[in-house]
Amino acid sequence: MTPVLQAQNIVKHYGSVEALRGASFEVGQGEVVALIGDNGAGKSTLVKCLSGAEIPDSGTILLDGQPVTLDSPVTARRLGIETVYQDLAVAPDLDPAANLFLGREIRRKGLLGKFGVLDKAEMRRRAADEFTRLGVTLQSIDVPIGALSGGQRQSVAVARSVVWASKVVFMDEPTAALGVVQREKVLDVIKRVRDEGMAVVLISHNMPEVLSVSDRVEVLRLGRRVARFTAAEASLEDLVGAMTGALTQEDAA
Amino acid sequence: MTTLDGLPTAERRSLGARLLSANTFWIALVLLALIVVFSAIAPESFLTFFNFQQLFIETAVLLVIAVGMTFVIITGGIDLSVGSVLIFAGMISAKTMEWMSPGQDASNAGWGVITAGLVVAIAGGSLWGLINGLLVARANIPPLIVTLGTLGAALGVASLLNDGTNVRTVPLELRDSLGFGTLEGNIPNLVVVAVVITVIFGLVLHTTRFGRYTFAIGSNPEAARRAGIGVTRHLTNVYLLTGFLAGIAGFMSLAYFQSTTISGHTTDNLNAIAGVVMGGTSLFGGIGTILGTVIGVFIPAVLQKGFNIIGVQPYWQMIAVGAVLVAAVWFDQQRRRSQNKR
Repeated sequence: MTPVLQAQNIVKHYGSVEALRGASFEVGQGEVVALIGDNGAGKSTLVKCLSGAEIPDSGTILLDGQPVTLDSPVTARRLGIETVYQDLAVAPDLDPAANLFLGREIRRKGLLGKFGVLDKAEMRRRAADEFTRLGVTLQSIDVPIGALSGGQRQSVAVARSVVWASKVVFMDEPTAALGVVQREKVLDVIKRVRDEGMAVVLISHNMPEVLSVSDRVEVLRLGRRVARFTAAEASLEDLVGAMTGALTQEDAA
Repeated sequence: MTTLDGLPTAERRSLGARLLSANTFWIALVLLALIVVFSAIAPESFLTFFNFQQLFIETAVLLVIAVGMTFVIITGGIDLSVGSVLIFAGMISAKTMEWMSPGQDASNAGWGVITAGLVVAIAGGSLWGLINGLLVARANIPPLIVTLGTLGAALGVASLLNDGTNVRTVPLELRDSLGFGTLEGNIPNLVVVAVVITVIFGLVLHTTRFGRYTFAIGSNPEAARRAGIGVTRHLTNVYLLTGFLAGIAGFMSLAYFQSTTISGHTTDNLNAIAGVVMGGTSLFGGIGTILGTVIGVFIPAVLQKGFNIIGVQPYWQMIAVGAVLVAAVWFDQQRRRSQNKR
C-alpha cells in the first residue's frame, strides 16, 4: 500500500546547524504514527517541513505517491494536510464555532453573501454536529473559547484540524499540560479520526501514551530516522533505547 | 468537564445570560442612570426635545470617528491621528471648493463643487488612513508611534495649505443642507448621516467576514495568520477605513462649523478612544461592539449637557469621564485575568 504521506532524505539547515540530515518518514491511511525523539532530534523541524511551515533544503515529499512542493501552510492545507500546533493558535475571544470556521467562513446565499455577510446560524449548527461526531463536549457553543477549560480548548483546536483535513493531521504535543481525563478525551478523538481513515501523526514525549494510542512508532535521532516499530510489539525500553542511541536498526534510515 | 459529559453538547446560552455577561449592557445602564438622574433634577430643561436634538448634533461628528476607532482598537491597535486627519480632510476639501469657485469664494458654490469637495475630503482622509495602515501592517511599526507621527504630519500639512489660518468661505448650500438642514423638520441631517454610517459599519463589524477577521486578528494575530487570513492586508484596510471615516467626519464638521476649525479637534482622538473603551471595547483587542461605542460616546456628552443644565461647573465632567474610563479598563483587565486563570 502506498503511504499517504512520505518524506525521503529530508535535509534542513538553520545556518550552520543541521536540524535534519536526510530524515525519512511515512504515514499511511487509517493509522496513527507516533514521531518520537529526544529534544533536538528534529521532530518539530520535520513536522514543519511536512506541513508547509518550513521548506526543506533537499529531499522529496510524496503525497499519495506524487511528489509535492509544500511552500506554505496554506498550500499544505489545500492538499488536505492540517496541523494542531503546540500553542493551539486559537482566537480566545471568538466562540468555538467561529474558531472552527476561522478562515473558512460560510457566507449567506445570494446578494448578502456577496457583501461578505456570514451565515452564523449555519456555522453554529455544523460546528455542533462536528463536535458531537468527534465526541467533544462543550457546555455552550457561544462563549469565547478563552472561557473554556484547557482540555476543551485543546479539543476545539484538534477538532478544527481534523474537520478540515482530508488526508493527514499532525498533532504536536496535543496532550501536553492536560489533566488525566482531558488527555483521555483528546486521545479518543485521535482514535475516532484514525478509524475514519485519516492518517494521524502524533508528536509526544509521553511514552506510555505513544504506545497506547499509536499503531506504529518512528524514532528520530540527530536528524535521521533510526528506528521503526509496530507499537503492539515495542516496549518502553525499545523506544528509549532508540531515542538515546543504545539501539539502532540498520534498515530504518 | 467530566461533570458536563451527560449534557447535550453545545447549547446556546439564554438571552439573559448573554446580556448579563456583556460589558455593553452595564455601560448602557450607566447611561440610562445618568439620563434618569438629570431628568429628575431638571425635568423642564433636560428632558426636552431641543436638548436631545442638540446632544445628537454635537455628538454626530465624534460618533463617525469613534466607529472607525472601534475597528482599529478591536485589532489591538490605536489611531491617534483621527482628529488631524479630520482637519486635513476638511481643509483640502474647503480649499478645493475655493479653487473651483470664482474669486476663491466658495460661499455661493453649487452642488457640483460641493460633490467635488466631498470626494476630495474622503480621498484625503483615506490617504492618511492608507499611510497609517501600510506603516503599521507592512513596516511593523507600533500603531501608537505611527499615528502619533501622522497626528503631527496631517495637522502640519493642513496648516501649510492655508498658511495656518482657517478657510472661511464654505458653500452656504452645504451649510443649509448637511450642516443645519433637517429631515421632516426635526431630525438634523447631520445626525441622519451619522446614524446611517453607524448602522452600516455596525453591520459590517458584526455580520460580515471583514468584521470576523477584525476580531480574529485582535484576538490572536498568529492564529489568524495560520488560518490563512491575510493579516497584513486586513490591518491596512482597517486603518484605511478609519481614515475614510475621518474624511467623512471632516466634511460633516466643515458643513456644521462653516470653518476648517484647525484648533478645534485636538482632543477628538482621545474623546473617540475614551468613548470606544467606555463602551466595552478592549484595548487589548478581540472584543468590542459598535453599540457599546455609541453608548460610550454619549456618556461624556450627556454628562456635559446635564452638568451644564443643573449648574455644576463643566470641569466636573472631565473628572467624571476620566473616572468612568479608568473603571472601564479596570473591569476589562479583571475579566481577562479571571479568564486566563483557567
